Amino acid sequence: MSATIDTHGHEEDHDVHHHKETFITKYIFSIDHKMIAKQYLITGTIMGVIGVLMSIMFRMQIAWPEQPNVLFEALLGKWAPDGVMDADIYLALVTIHGTIMVFFVLTAGLSGTFSNLLIPLQIGARDMASGFLNMVSYWLFFLSSVIMICSLFVEAGPAAAGWTIYPPLSALPMASGGSGMGMTLWLVSMAIFIASSLLGSLNYIVTVINLRTKGMSMTRLPLTIWAFFVTAVIGVVSFPVLLSAALLLIMDRSFGTSFFLSDIFIQGEVLHYQGGSPVLFEHLFWFLGHPEVYIVILPAMGLVSEIMASNSRKPIFGYRAMIASILAIAFLSTIVWGHHMFISGMNPFLGSVFTFTTLLIAIPSAVKAFNWITTIWKGNLQMNPAMLFSIGFVSTFITGGLTGIILGDSALDINVHDTYFVIAHFHLVMGISALYGMFAGIYHWYPKMFGRMLNKNLGYLHFWITAVCAYGVFFPMHFIGMAGLPRRYYTNSNFPLFDDLTNANVVITIFAIVGGLAQIIYLYNFFASMFFGKKAEQNPWRSTTLEWTTPVEHIHGNWPGAIPHVYRWSYDYSKPGHDVDFVPQNVPLKEGEEELQH
Amino acid sequence: MTALLTIIIVLFVAIALWQMVKIFDLAQVGTTNSQVADDHDNKINGYLMMGFLIFIYLITILSFWYLGDLPLMSNAASEHGVEVDNLMIISMVVIFIVQILTQFVLHFFAYKYRGEKGKKALFYADNTTLEFIWTVIPVIVLAGLIIYGLFTWNDIMNIDEDEDPMVIELYAQQFNWKARYSGADNVLGKANVRLIDIDRANILGVDEEDPNAKDDVIVTELHLPVGEPVVFKMRSQDVLHSAYMPHFRAQMNCVPGMVTQFSFTPTITTADMRENPDMVEKVKNINGLRLERKAEIEEAGQELVYEFDYLLLCNKICGKSHYNMQMKIIVETQEEFDAWMKEQKTFPNSLN
Repeated sequence: MSATIDTHGHEEDHDVHHHKETFITKYIFSIDHKMIAKQYLITGTIMGVIGVLMSIMFRMQIAWPEQPNVLFEALLGKWAPDGVMDADIYLALVTIHGTIMVFFVLTAGLSGTFSNLLIPLQIGARDMASGFLNMVSYWLFFLSSVIMICSLFVEAGPAAAGWTIYPPLSALPMASGGSGMGMTLWLVSMAIFIASSLLGSLNYIVTVINLRTKGMSMTRLPLTIWAFFVTAVIGVVSFPVLLSAALLLIMDRSFGTSFFLSDIFIQGEVLHYQGGSPVLFEHLFWFLGHPEVYIVILPAMGLVSEIMASNSRKPIFGYRAMIASILAIAFLSTIVWGHHMFISGMNPFLGSVFTFTTLLIAIPSAVKAFNWITTIWKGNLQMNPAMLFSIGFVSTFITGGLTGIILGDSALDINVHDTYFVIAHFHLVMGISALYGMFAGIYHWYPKMFGRMLNKNLGYLHFWITAVCAYGVFFPMHFIGMAGLPRRYYTNSNFPLFDDLTNANVVITIFAIVGGLAQIIYLYNFFASMFFGKKAEQNPWRSTTLEWTTPVEHIHGNWPGAIPHVYRWSYDYSKPGHDVDFVPQNVPLKEGEEELQH
Repeated sequence: MTALLTIIIVLFVAIALWQMVKIFDLAQVGTTNSQVADDHDNKINGYLMMGFLIFIYLITILSFWYLGDLPLMSNAASEHGVEVDNLMIISMVVIFIVQILTQFVLHFFAYKYRGEKGKKALFYADNTTLEFIWTVIPVIVLAGLIIYGLFTWNDIMNIDEDEDPMVIELYAQQFNWKARYSGADNVLGKANVRLIDIDRANILGVDEEDPNAKDDVIVTELHLPVGEPVVFKMRSQDVLHSAYMPHFRAQMNCVPGMVTQFSFTPTITTADMRENPDMVEKVKNINGLRLERKAEIEEAGQELVYEFDYLLLCNKICGKSHYNMQMKIIVETQEEFDAWMKEQKTFPNSLN
């Protein structure tokens, strides 16, 4: 199989150079995976800026409730009369922040960027299996981003039912202003997003299975590719279920069906809905929603594994255990969704089952954390910004992951469910961690994407401020949650009970503002380095994987000559018997050298 | 004007960063400007990693110092709450031990093994025994927590009908709570939102024909006799709500179209809880803080002095005024409860 592909690659190689590229085919409707990766990254970055800005605004409202603020006046318009944030727009900001960060930044921005960039480069392929589908996938993502942004400007306000859009709140415009046109656009945007994600995932799966170069067996794949591959599989399994939930919700909203609604009396009238159940929606939503957090975190884990090995100048510890734990996490992730619903009114027996499966996930997660720590043990750590973000990733993943033991335990979840404890938990374990993984990936592969280096000192500044602020925001938040403060409250001033948390909330908001501002350093570095950064060498980090054997200047088809063959796994760092501390995968084994039986 | 100012500020920040980059780069004249970490970077960042470890410990200590009274882990006001608190404390101890150790190892290694030119890393790819150990340890610890957790969960969720708990309906609507007592027969009258008749003040849609409804009592403040098991039957008329009673370690969603339930036995009266030393301390602290914001609080028309009360809060996003959907809960002696109940109108009498 791989032999035929190889010859095909050669043929393609010839007409590549004759193919004339215009501005439009090169930069806009590109079918080249490297360009599409950059498109995903830049779109994701813009969405990220919007998402973070929203979080800073609602954090300000929490710290200084109902006080006039120039930022609100400038950005919220009619939603901030006299600069005081309106309660409806507060909920909308919370909702859209969640949606944007989870789907648009950490799913499309992270997975879209690095799966596209690295899958063909690291497995030794000329491009994705279908360049055209890949292009369609990006443009659907772009379209869904545009619709999501447009939804912010509708008359009655954007969707404001939380990112989980539980009906009936999301189904009834009389229940919330945002459930009118805003929610319609949200659903349309998400439906298109899901289509985009599915096209992308199918492409990744087919490419990894079929287009590996000669010698690139599954057990020689870098862990990045394993992570992207398994992520794509989870996406294909779970995203369609969210699509079905969205379609049924659209039916309930617009065509009078009763899938999720029953016995509703609102604003003085009884609605006709009969026989549906919101709990059904919760099941459908979380059947995607929980695997979704692994769709977000697995690619970050893959990137971090690769970067840690390369910068420790050591092989990743327990390569096979790492693959096994990725597979175990992927499998378990599809049977734990009920832990979001312990107190939804579902049968308590199901609660027991989901507690059991949920706590099992801690085992492969613990194996991964210990293996990362052992990877840096007795290494020769090159403290590049990418490495700092990788160490930061392990740190936040542990801190955030541990509290999952409490939330996954149904008996304990009763009391901390939907409090700030949950916010602290998932922001650390999947939000900040995945973001760190993404930053690590950007710092590491920037030379591959743009042919220039990011400034390392700005990188250090960016990391250290972000790291301090991330803990400053989310660590005390656990304690606020353990004091019983519910999430999504516009203000706590009606509850003197929580008055002693006011100062903590101010401190958290200040950390959030500083952390948010620190991202300006990164944005500056990112955009300025594209033009003024130092020109990159071919293999600046002295890594073993195939992407560093391609020329710095991007060419369509990746390698100017034949595709390199692979003779060893991707982690031959500091291997005894070699003069240099890394042996690229395309270097044949020396006489008498044994490939490690990993 | 604001836009112009913003642009100017952004511009200044960009220039400042540009200058900083130049200073950094100039400071490194003589060394190679490859933007790849060198020994100097490894050393500084290695030390910073140790600094960061101290920061993590410090923020842990500070959080405990300032926010460590953890009202949700002590002084549970219900029978099962004590069990929940024990489980929570055990889980927390496990978590903190693991957290402190693993963060130490991670950051210490990052410091200890920082790169130096000419050093060679250890080629160490696998060790089945080690991996076996750190698979098995979490398995054992988690098995313990799972078993303990499941027993507690079953205790809480299995409602013992033999105890003949008092049946109370909690009724949620945007944005307030009502409670309906089942009266002497301890059976709630049938109800459906289709029977709601605002003109007759039948706001809960209780079936007037149902004899069980004759002694039902609808109130806006929840009173519970101490030591008496209660089972709450929860309904919602419009969207999802969640009945959250943190002091009793109780929470359940209210779902339109179905009845959900949660049961507990309150063990401490409101009066006793107000005299609990922890609570006295907490209330004193809160009142001190409130005094500082006196003007603001009085302007909002609130009582300045706070007195402790149990609360029922809405904990599922339900629309604009979600943040203010609450009901006072009063736990009192049986005599006080009976006296209070006597003053309430029964359902037929409350109709217009």
